[in-house]
Amino acid sequence: MMLNKKQSLTGWIFLAPAVLLIAIFSFVPMIRALLLSFQSGKGANLAFTGVGNYVRMFSDKVFMQSLMNNFIYLIIQVPIMLVAALILAAMLNNKNLKFKGLFRTAIFLPCATSLVSYAIIFRTLFANDGLINFFLIKLGILDTGYQFLTNSTSARIVIIIALVWRWTGYNMVFYLAGLQNIDYSIYEAARIDGASTVQIFRKITVPLLKPIILLTAIMSTNGTLQLFDESVNLTGGGPANATITMSHYIYNISFKYVPKFGYAAAMSFLILFLVAFLALVQMRVGDKRD
Amino acid sequence: MINSAINKVNKKGNGISYVILSIVSLLSVFPLAWMIVSATNKSVDVTRGVLIPGAAFFDNFKQLLAVQNVGTAMINSFKYAIVLTVLSLLVCSLAGYAFEVYHDKGKDLVMKIILTAMMVPFVAVLIPLFQMIASAKLLNTTAAFILPSISTPILIMMFRQSARSFPKDIIEAARIDGLKEHQIFYRMFFPTQKATYAAALTITFMAAWNAYLWPTVVMTDEKSLTMPMLVANLIQGYVTDYGVLMVGVLLTTLPTVIIFFVLQKYFAEGITGSIK
Repeated sequence: MMLNKKQSLTGWIFLAPAVLLIAIFSFVPMIRALLLSFQSGKGANLAFTGVGNYVRMFSDKVFMQSLMNNFIYLIIQVPIMLVAALILAAMLNNKNLKFKGLFRTAIFLPCATSLVSYAIIFRTLFANDGLINFFLIKLGILDTGYQFLTNSTSARIVIIIALVWRWTGYNMVFYLAGLQNIDYSIYEAARIDGASTVQIFRKITVPLLKPIILLTAIMSTNGTLQLFDESVNLTGGGPANATITMSHYIYNISFKYVPKFGYAAAMSFLILFLVAFLALVQMRVGDKRD
Repeated sequence: MINSAINKVNKKGNGISYVILSIVSLLSVFPLAWMIVSATNKSVDVTRGVLIPGAAFFDNFKQLLAVQNVGTAMINSFKYAIVLTVLSLLVCSLAGYAFEVYHDKGKDLVMKIILTAMMVPFVAVLIPLFQMIASAKLLNTTAAFILPSISTPILIMMFRQSARSFPKDIIEAARIDGLKEHQIFYRMFFPTQKATYAAALTITFMAAWNAYLWPTVVMTDEKSLTMPMLVANLIQGYVTDYGVLMVGVLLTTLPTVIIFFVLQKYFAEGITGSIK
């Protein structure tokens, strides 16, 4: 369809509001954040200091701790969640299975809970006088309540459990949508040829879903590096910053203490680099396996 | 013969599937069911592991009303989410439609640039955004809440995708009939794309309702509080009344859970819309 001048202009008018909004509220702040990241000072008194902020963050113990925390969540939680989501999706993609809709709705339901809500629910479940401790004591496993949230390892585990609970169903829905594009007769043919469930999963399901697995891996990496609500509301970043995330620390530096916007901008730019870099790496790896 | 053989193999495997899926389903639903039950129990009973509904819901609710401005937060949350959703659907569907129907080299390039905005983490623009909103004297206004999220690459992409499957003959025919370009959009495109709009509505409303980081930065006044901020406030004190807390969590969760059940099909389509 060839466009005449008037039609082309109409098109520009239609897309102008959306494009302008993204330019003003995404690209302009990004450039300003980059400029800000080379400045230093408290509040509004800022002066250019070159790469000082970038150097400084690597000797900032709390920031390095938060960086490490994000990577702990990323390396442990994302694989567990994606593998679980894949297995559940493969199970639900079975034409002979009954109550499919019920299972899918139940597993997908956590996605409807707000991040603040589920963080508070898990905080309460794992509190010293919470339900988990109640049962552990009842079953005779513990004598007194275990302080899940004031012990650094267990606090991290609780965050990981909560994240898996909230996001597994979300990723499963992506895989289910992807599986719908795969001709079901391939599975039936494989079964007739005597392929086991595990073989079918490894040789058919996973390779055919690869583009979607890659997409979910990139999305999860992106999301994990930006974790905020859980760190704030589940553990408060504690104990002693053992669970604090980068976003939470940046928020504290910007809005909780005396604002150091330049320094905070530099740290947030590191997240931007990490997100972009890891997405590139994942895309490379995803392509290589062909 | 073959079919019955397949069924036999399937049935054996299905047993394990049923067990695993049942356990995972239970684990998925349990925290929410427990939250609802706890909202009806006294704080002491919540810590005593009571798993059956009690009669304390109205007492908890009254106590929550006494300590927090639930009415204001509810109205705010609905106001921000509805205004944002309506504007977002309008702006993004117009753009998605235009990127497809009027596409040429220039517009394709603009679309590519816009897609890179998807990779920008929100924290990376948080501080300049806050400064912009503050210097425009927009703190604590609906505009502050909605402006950064009206236009999103993901929604534009969704609508571009749905415009792609919209028959171009209809557009040509409408032009011959003398319809103006904007009339084609709202008389022909808009009424035929209900599924896409429903999907866009669910994901936008949920994201708006659940937003937390940005509102805590720009909605600093008590009067502009949202529901997620209100429940987060409840855990700031030293002693937490679990019954009252869970009523707050329940009220925050209810609207999105209702939308989830009513529009589940579209919600699933919405979040997976980008992979088609």
